Amino acid sequence: MNITIKHTEKEIWDILDTIPDPEVPAISIVELGVIRKVTIKHDKVTVNITPTYSGCPATERFKADIREFLTNAGIENIELIMQYSPAWTTSWLTNEAKEKLRIYGIAPPVNGTEDKGFLFESGPKVVPCVKCNSNNTEVTSQFGSTACKALYKCLNCLEPFEYFKCI
Amino acid sequence: MNESLKQYFFRIGDSNLIIGQRLAEWCSKGPTLEEDVALTNISLDNFGQARILFSHIAELENNGKTEDDFAFRRNEREFYNALITERPNGHFGDTIARSFLFDTFQLHFYTELCKSKNEFLAGFAEKSLKEVKYHFRHTGEWIVRLGDGTEESKEKIQESINDLWDFTGDMFATDDNIDALTKEGIAPDYTLIYQKWKNTVNEVLKRATLTVPEDAYMQKGSLDGRHSEYLGHLLGDMQYLQRSYPDAKW
Repeated sequence: MNITIKHTEKEIWDILDTIPDPEVPAISIVELGVIRKVTIKHDKVTVNITPTYSGCPATERFKADIREFLTNAGIENIELIMQYSPAWTTSWLTNEAKEKLRIYGIAPPVNGTEDKGFLFESGPKVVPCVKCNSNNTEVTSQFGSTACKALYKCLNCLEPFEYFKCI
Repeated sequence: MNESLKQYFFRIGDSNLIIGQRLAEWCSKGPTLEEDVALTNISLDNFGQARILFSHIAELENNGKTEDDFAFRRNEREFYNALITERPNGHFGDTIARSFLFDTFQLHFYTELCKSKNEFLAGFAEKSLKEVKYHFRHTGEWIVRLGDGTEESKEKIQESINDLWDFTGDMFATDDNIDALTKEGIAPDYTLIYQKWKNTVNEVLKRATLTVPEDAYMQKGSLDGRHSEYLGHLLGDMQYLQRSYPDAKW
């Protein structure tokens, strides 16, 4: 069979935008910035994906979900390409996505360059508490429940929370 | 695929795979929950970096072999990981010292590899560097805490570094193959990486009030697939399932 794709590129993007991030379902994989390119050629849809972290287990899930959602939309010929360069960065998260993260209870990445250590360089960033918005917070660990998050604690309301760290 | 490039991909990928396996051995045994999570997060990054290289080899060779074949069906002598990565975990300080010495190497290695003329390697390095910066900060900070900590912690971490020192030279080893890749601008210059590594290690150890060990005899052999007695046991654990039940799937 050789069916030309009826969907426009925008429609494909819209379908992908309905796929939630497997680990942070508050945002879609499009909002996360891992979908870099959609190409339609004759009967084939090609999607370029850039993983957040090289070992992120969610990557396999993204790939399966993309296939499933596109197949359900009637697209049969799907090609997924892993693209490592340019490397994924938290600055690809839209402001809207950052706000969704905050409401979900994960502190969004604080703008600017990557996070610094405590002893080296200039010290950690100020990450406001997701519950009470206090700046009186401290990092518990730079490594959290998933590769993309660090652990923080609010010294004001004592809420422990996760922070989507900058890379 | 070009054999010399393939060999080089294994050199980089194997070091990641083996240290990743070592760090994964800490899973559920970390001294604190946060540290357990940190060590296994770092392990996951290492596995991810190995996977990128192995799956790229598989894609280029296109002969039915997969990344899993490279991880689970090669023998000891076919691994080219730097010797330091297979050293046993020992106590927490031993693990931190091993990771710190290796992370510092990776930090400078990836920084230089970003300039590689091989586009794939440059992209891979750019991605990996972001992750390794976190690893280096984590283990570097532990070195300072332990070194500038109590009398006991200082004594132990100094001993860990001394014990591992003979294995550091092997990270910078080159052979005709790597030298040729360096000439072509594909591999970085290892003497430069060594200098940068030495400076950073000196700086952190000084800050940690520790002594930099004297350079003496350096172990070597990993570029020829010659390893310590520990690698076989590590592979025995790691490869058991795929060896006993070939093609088993989750």
